[in-house]
Amino acid sequence: MNKRLLPFLAAVAALAAVAAVAAAAPGSTAASCPTVTDGQLTIGTDNPAFPPWFGGGTKTSKWKINDPSTGKGYESAVAYAIAKRLGYGKSQVKWTYVPFNKSFAPGTKSFDFDINQISITPARAKVVSFSRPYYDVNQAIVVNKGTKIAAVRSIRGLARYKLGAQLGTTSYGFIKDRIKPSEQPAVFPSNASAVLALKNKQIDGLVVDLPTAFFVTAVQVPNGKILGQFENRGKTTDSFGVVLAKGNPLTSCVNRAITALRVNGTLKNLQRIWLAKATGAPILK
Amino acid sequence: MTIALVSTAVFFALVVVAVTHAPGWPQVRSQFFDWGEFKATFPEIARAFLLNVKIFCIAEVFILIFALFLAVLRSLPGPVFFPVRAMAIVYADLFRGIPTILVIAMLGFGAPALGLTYVPKSVVFWGIVSLVLIYSAYVSEVYRAGIDSIHPSQEAAARSLGLTRWQTLRSVILPQAVRRVIPPLLNDFIGLQKDTALVGTLGAIEAFQQSQIDTNATFNFTAYLAAAVLFVAVTIPLARFTDWLVARDRRRRQAGGLVA
Repeated sequence: MNKRLLPFLAAVAALAAVAAVAAAAPGSTAASCPTVTDGQLTIGTDNPAFPPWFGGGTKTSKWKINDPSTGKGYESAVAYAIAKRLGYGKSQVKWTYVPFNKSFAPGTKSFDFDINQISITPARAKVVSFSRPYYDVNQAIVVNKGTKIAAVRSIRGLARYKLGAQLGTTSYGFIKDRIKPSEQPAVFPSNASAVLALKNKQIDGLVVDLPTAFFVTAVQVPNGKILGQFENRGKTTDSFGVVLAKGNPLTSCVNRAITALRVNGTLKNLQRIWLAKATGAPILK
Repeated sequence: MTIALVSTAVFFALVVVAVTHAPGWPQVRSQFFDWGEFKATFPEIARAFLLNVKIFCIAEVFILIFALFLAVLRSLPGPVFFPVRAMAIVYADLFRGIPTILVIAMLGFGAPALGLTYVPKSVVFWGIVSLVLIYSAYVSEVYRAGIDSIHPSQEAAARSLGLTRWQTLRSVILPQAVRRVIPPLLNDFIGLQKDTALVGTLGAIEAFQQSQIDTNATFNFTAYLAAAVLFVAVTIPLARFTDWLVARDRRRRQAGGLVA
């Protein structure tokens, strides 16, 4: 469910571009922060919307697993916090379904910004505008209890197993670049198929971001356990940002909002509420 | 000839002008036709394409055999063989009706989920099985059309010469029937080649899946183009070959001089 790839050097490239725009932009008025529909903030995300990023269940049949408009779950809460700072009340926020591929396809965007566990990378920043990060993420590996791989205690020890990741995630890049397995890793088009393959033992381990790993072991794979997490440092920092159309002037407005939320402790607080359970796992080196 | 050439040139010139002057063209060009991206992704996608080649080669062998078996079952005469014919019909209806991707998902994830030790877990194995099941349904219909196209007098003549029903089928009907349906068989083979990309949904990294990985890494769709080039490089020669076969067959059948 996390949509990103390749541990990246830094969000430097993206941030530099964004900072330049930010410096030029005046106060956050409707004129300088235009939206797709006047008086309304349209936010995109994928469907189903998975915990712990989204929560609160569904109110309508349109959204599966969770309805993003509940304000529950980390990304939903962050999105509403950004909206509030931009001057949009809860009723002025409209959620729209944006498949991952659609978030970066060329052409007019149907959303003001898309929030969908998308990692910021320099390559991607050539095509879309990223906001500043709203979450720094660690990768983790989920395995079946009682299998051989469950006894592994190091990154090197993982190399001889069949590993899997979800398409479009930085997890796949992590497997290829850091674990360097002897067997070709499997890449699944959806969270559902990746989880099924793990349950079926068609793969030995599934690499996902840590918060997702907690959801996988808590709900999707009862016999699963988080073998460990990998440190997010140096060359392998990985952060989620919201995606905007390339050069969208709204980017600087969103950045100001995210910076304010980081400075005043809101982001940390929301992480404590929604992701607190999702931090304690042994670190594999 | 000249008119055709000029007309073709004008048509394509108009299309090119319309596309390249569209307001979004620069972005489309940079996200779909990026030469640097193409060069960067092509080698790995080409390596992944070997898996597609392996899948369609193995699958095609089993399809040709299994489908012929089904077609023969379906053309068995007499009330005794009614259940066999009915089964063959149900099979063809069912597997032509279910979306390929669903069969692949059901077998690829479902069969290993049974947890039986003697059931292979390999997704490539189940991908091939799914493609064989589906394409056999199509191909058996092609064979059947071929068998039905052989005039009944052929069978009558063979039987009156003392050949058994089996000998008639093997030595008289099938050789003519199969020759007649080679073009549609190749047509289905082309379809099979493209459908190998669906095995990627099981997690196997074939050409299309690799191109999706690249696309998602850079948000640049050019990798899809690299995969398309590889598929086309195999399917177009086969399509031309099929057309050539059809033309040759027509020439031969008209060689008797009925049509001036």
